[in-house]
Amino acid sequence: MSTPAADAAGHAPPARVPSWLRRALGLAPRGPHYFFYRHRLPVRIAHWLNAVVLFVMLLSGLQIFNAHPALYWGISSDFAHPLLSLTAQGDDTHLTGITQIGPWRFDTTGVLGASDENGQVVARGFPQWATIPGPRWLAMGRLWHFLFAWLFVANGSLFIAWALWSGHARNDLAPTRDDIVHLLQEIADHARLRFPRGEAARRYNGIQKMTYFLVIFGLGPLIVLTGLTMSPTLDAAFPQLLWIFGGRQSARTIHFLCAFSFLGFFIVHIVMVVLSGTWNNLRSMISGRYVIEGERHG
Amino acid sequence: MADSRRGFLLRAAAGSGALMLSGCTSLSQQSWVVNILDEVENLTRRAQRLFAGSHALAPEFAKADIAPNFRANGTLNPATADYAAHAANGFADWRIAVGGLVERPLSLSMADLHAMPARTQITRHDCVEGWSCIGEWTGTPLALVLAAARPKPQARYVMFFCADPMGDPSAGAPFYYESLDLLEATHPQTILAYALNGAALPVENGAPVRLRAERQLGYKMAKYVQRIALVENFNQINGGKGGYWEDLGYNWYAGI
Repeated sequence: MSTPAADAAGHAPPARVPSWLRRALGLAPRGPHYFFYRHRLPVRIAHWLNAVVLFVMLLSGLQIFNAHPALYWGISSDFAHPLLSLTAQGDDTHLTGITQIGPWRFDTTGVLGASDENGQVVARGFPQWATIPGPRWLAMGRLWHFLFAWLFVANGSLFIAWALWSGHARNDLAPTRDDIVHLLQEIADHARLRFPRGEAARRYNGIQKMTYFLVIFGLGPLIVLTGLTMSPTLDAAFPQLLWIFGGRQSARTIHFLCAFSFLGFFIVHIVMVVLSGTWNNLRSMISGRYVIEGERHG
Repeated sequence: MADSRRGFLLRAAAGSGALMLSGCTSLSQQSWVVNILDEVENLTRRAQRLFAGSHALAPEFAKADIAPNFRANGTLNPATADYAAHAANGFADWRIAVGGLVERPLSLSMADLHAMPARTQITRHDCVEGWSCIGEWTGTPLALVLAAARPKPQARYVMFFCADPMGDPSAGAPFYYESLDLLEATHPQTILAYALNGAALPVENGAPVRLRAERQLGYKMAKYVQRIALVENFNQINGGKGGYWEDLGYNWYAGI
């Protein structure tokens, strides 16, 4: 870095802002840079629709789960041996929330098993702030869930169809041999918060490709199919679903795990968006424009 | 249809002012939102019927899959003197009236039901709450009972009226009731079940007769069935939604 000096017009040089803060604030990088059209319109529309839909799906799903806050494996419910259960113990004056996972029991009062509902601690699996609607209301939770399930399937199907037709899936999402070979290095770089810059930032990196690919073509279809397997009418139409997932209660458990995989993906996604340049990432998902540092090549 | 659903929602809101806490909760009380949610139910029903048709059978299971104790839910023992008298008498005088839009109204005794051809099926009971339980049911196919009563052409739904009051009847609490359309009512696995796991149906599971509609959720399968009526629509019956839980906001179509 050369010593800051007034330019020809006499303007004082800008104060030094660390590069990580410049990226977080969305300031243009000091060095050479250019705008790159990163996300096409269908990607942006599907992305934001999906964000809203998944939010409602997760919270209405937890409302439905609260009607029987326990998970089982197999074709039916072995009530004495749930894989997981969120229960309340005690009397009206003092309830203790118990989370049981296999043989392990945890006191989770206030969050899981027993928590505040309109000023009173009541028995409920997930707390009021995590469900749609807030109070216990299974019928309404189902209505919301099934409306947004249609939207999830419509949005996801249109996106996948477009991705296959446009080459987005093949060119941008499918991991290459190179991505797989360099995966370990990529993971090490991510762990040290070193993200691709310059030309390399024009493409999804290997971890991104593999994650997006698995979420779009794996997790998405899986959560839909396990959801459909819980429908008694569709079990009559497609008994193969029961065979694939090992029964209705297994399907329900897988559905639950998928939902929390989506939540985990969301949390990591947000952390990565922030660490690798909040505003640049956000802008590129709104307008498509993404700042690349360095000279444009080709 | 929207008006009475809205009325229910407004009553529910009045019962708890704090319901307005979350945005989605307050949206749940807007009639235009409720209309959309009703349309989604129709879409789901049509889509599921497209694949399941009228004859796709619910999966049946092996003896080894039967739950040792079939979980009973809802009413476990109807709290009326009339029902207690029937139970004390071993339901010898229980009769099921079949009426409404039929050419030939029936009054079936338990002996009449037993004398008709029976179907036994080991099926999975799916509660709207999320759990499943497997049991072996024996009973009379409802299609045979309906055929004997000869539905009139305008009949579209089959109503099931039950002996269990949902609260204090003297305070105006409704008795449990349910409905199926003719497609589901005449499905081969839809039976008036009088036996569970090879024994007479226990009181907690709906003695002496309960409905089994194996492609639907548990709340459709009315217990303690006393009267069956064929109707053109159920707008004027109780809350107008076709069932006890439906009147409280649950979907009429319970295939999901």
